[in-house]
Amino acid sequence: MLLRHTPVEIKERKSLTVNPAKACQPIGAMYAALGIHGCLPHSHGSQGCCAYHRSTLTRHYKEPIMAATSSFTEGSSVFGGQSNLLQAINNIFTIYNPDIIAVHTTCLSETIGDDVNQICRKAKDDGKVPEGKYVIHTNTPGYVGSHITGFSNMVKSMVKHFSESTGEKKNQINIISGWVEPSDMREIKKLAKNIGVKIVLFPDTSDVLDAPQRGKHSFYPKGGVTIPELKSTGDSKFTLALGRFASEAPAKELEKKCKVRYRVVDIPLGLSATDRFVTACSRAAGVNVPDSITEERGRLVDIITDMQQYFYNKKVALFGDPDHLIALTEFLVDLDMKPIHIISGTSGKQFEKRIRKILECKVPEANVKNGATADMFLLHQWIKNEPVDLLIGNTYGKYIARDEDIPFIRMGFPILDRIGHSYFPTVGYTGGMRILEKILAALMDRQDRDSLEESFELVM
Amino acid sequence: MMRKIAIYGKGGIGKSTTTQNIVAGLAEMGKKIMVVGCDPKADSTRLLLGGMHQKTVLDTLREEGEDIDLDEIVKEGYRKIRCVESGGPEPGVGCAGRGIITAINLLEQLGAYEEKWALDYAFYDVLGDVVCGGFAMPMREGKAREIYIVVSGEMMAMYAANNICKGIVKFADAGKVRLAGLICNSRQVDNEKEMIEELAKKLGTQMIHFVPREKMVQRAEINRKTVIDYEPGHAQADEYRTLANKIEQNDMYIVPKPLEMEELESLLVEFGIV
Repeated sequence: MLLRHTPVEIKERKSLTVNPAKACQPIGAMYAALGIHGCLPHSHGSQGCCAYHRSTLTRHYKEPIMAATSSFTEGSSVFGGQSNLLQAINNIFTIYNPDIIAVHTTCLSETIGDDVNQICRKAKDDGKVPEGKYVIHTNTPGYVGSHITGFSNMVKSMVKHFSESTGEKKNQINIISGWVEPSDMREIKKLAKNIGVKIVLFPDTSDVLDAPQRGKHSFYPKGGVTIPELKSTGDSKFTLALGRFASEAPAKELEKKCKVRYRVVDIPLGLSATDRFVTACSRAAGVNVPDSITEERGRLVDIITDMQQYFYNKKVALFGDPDHLIALTEFLVDLDMKPIHIISGTSGKQFEKRIRKILECKVPEANVKNGATADMFLLHQWIKNEPVDLLIGNTYGKYIARDEDIPFIRMGFPILDRIGHSYFPTVGYTGGMRILEKILAALMDRQDRDSLEESFELVM
Repeated sequence: MMRKIAIYGKGGIGKSTTTQNIVAGLAEMGKKIMVVGCDPKADSTRLLLGGMHQKTVLDTLREEGEDIDLDEIVKEGYRKIRCVESGGPEPGVGCAGRGIITAINLLEQLGAYEEKWALDYAFYDVLGDVVCGGFAMPMREGKAREIYIVVSGEMMAMYAANNICKGIVKFADAGKVRLAGLICNSRQVDNEKEMIEELAKKLGTQMIHFVPREKMVQRAEINRKTVIDYEPGHAQADEYRTLANKIEQNDMYIVPKPLEMEELESLLVEFGIV
């Protein structure tokens, strides 16, 4: 009982967070930056920040994550980090030769007030940025928002730095991916291709963080959105932003800068959200949905109808990031499951409003909370007060699952103790099937484990 | 097109008083203005609001979290001047510099500078020297483009002005911020006017106006008003009107050339002591 000190009685807490359900901004900025081809993320701060973010991403993706740091010392904190960053930019282009460096700040460099915009300009003016290479930057103080905010900020910076409008529209649409796995990005590209719409997906970590074993290490794998592609986003017909929390800010920026209209849709996770995504894609491109996709959808619906008895009325607790949770909650409700406890560490009033709307008919009594005090501790207390049949969330949920003996499905970020998430999507109809398989496996394994000998079923 | 102006200068030199009087002068001319006080003491808008206690941006942020409405932190004062106080920690704790960064970011997020307010001017009244990165926030790209430094003929005030110029150079290198002039707030030092004119020349700028010392300023201050508001017919009110007008007309924006220490000292010897 690792969490044996968690009390059943819930007392209101104002300023204490125990086991937060979020990470800090820079890790999101780093992940987003890896979705640009030939990009080396750079953490402007002390080494510890960079080491933590790299190791967590490495553990999640089982791929070596490359990133550089300004290596602040006591001296840099006093005198400012300009000389560190200038030297870093020079060293990085000389030694590691990326196409682009994506600088994000940290708590320390933000607090001492380093102006990374000014420093990056100076690097360019001083000739430290070779011809045809780029340095982009974003502000990501760890004490504001969450990893989702940092991700969103870096994607917004991509738009700020690259998107251009040449005045000539291109027959393509932008899809801002939101924080999803490389496998998901691959699936989104596959769906768009099947629909027959040309897209620019950004960021795109497929073929970067799920790169195949080739027997030889490649510092910059072949994947990632390219700089010409990013520039062309300003000429696209339309932007689909997946998930309000991660993708609306960059979409808005793109509309402001290049007059490309946008629409926010949910991450296409689950049946209804994927339907909306597919419809939005086909409308934006002015094409019909092809049979192959309708058939894929049919297979997902078939599993739902075949297995409905196992889903019905099962209580679920969820935690993770807002855009994911919104889509996942809707999917679970579609399955007639009951998501009764929902927690996200990322703040924003829209979240609870949206979730309540989804739950209003079927699970009006659900516990929903987000923000700094919506933590794993509270989730655990809720579960103690009203037990669930299933827990879905990142690896940190394993402690609650073990103590309370609940079937547990790993979804979200980070997953440090299993593989699969970077290879098999959870988005699209195919991803929906994978989620169903996982839910069924978890619930049926539990039924098998707990059933008496006389009711131990061969066929389920 | 809104002009964004930051006023810097040594602590106690009279930045806030001068700023508010300039702003009052501009408001009299019919300009729409916002004043952003960037000082933890939160006294940059006192004369415009009639001493009314303004809830600071950071206090509001601390008490109510990140979902704030703009009208919670902007109060309209004398002639509809929009007044904001960043606020910050009590002396000896926390980080006042970060406070300024947070407050200005929040104002931008909430749309305080948007076109719908039809602002002609935004003034940043910034505490003391540019002691850390946070206090240089108003100089960053997209923030203030014009800097005025309030100075007097006293050694330390000139030294501070020179230091502030070093800060401006750093930001002017990569951005559009420029020094627009020195405002001499007289301390009745010998040869003060000539000395500051010479300092301005050496820095490559101008002394945009010499504000004489006058008891009326203090009297108006005790009554929580600007001179222009308290005693509109007084000669000192005209001084501020002149200054406001000169700022309105100003077109001299330069990257300053800060002085070496010896140069600054010799300036004092030349004008001050002899």
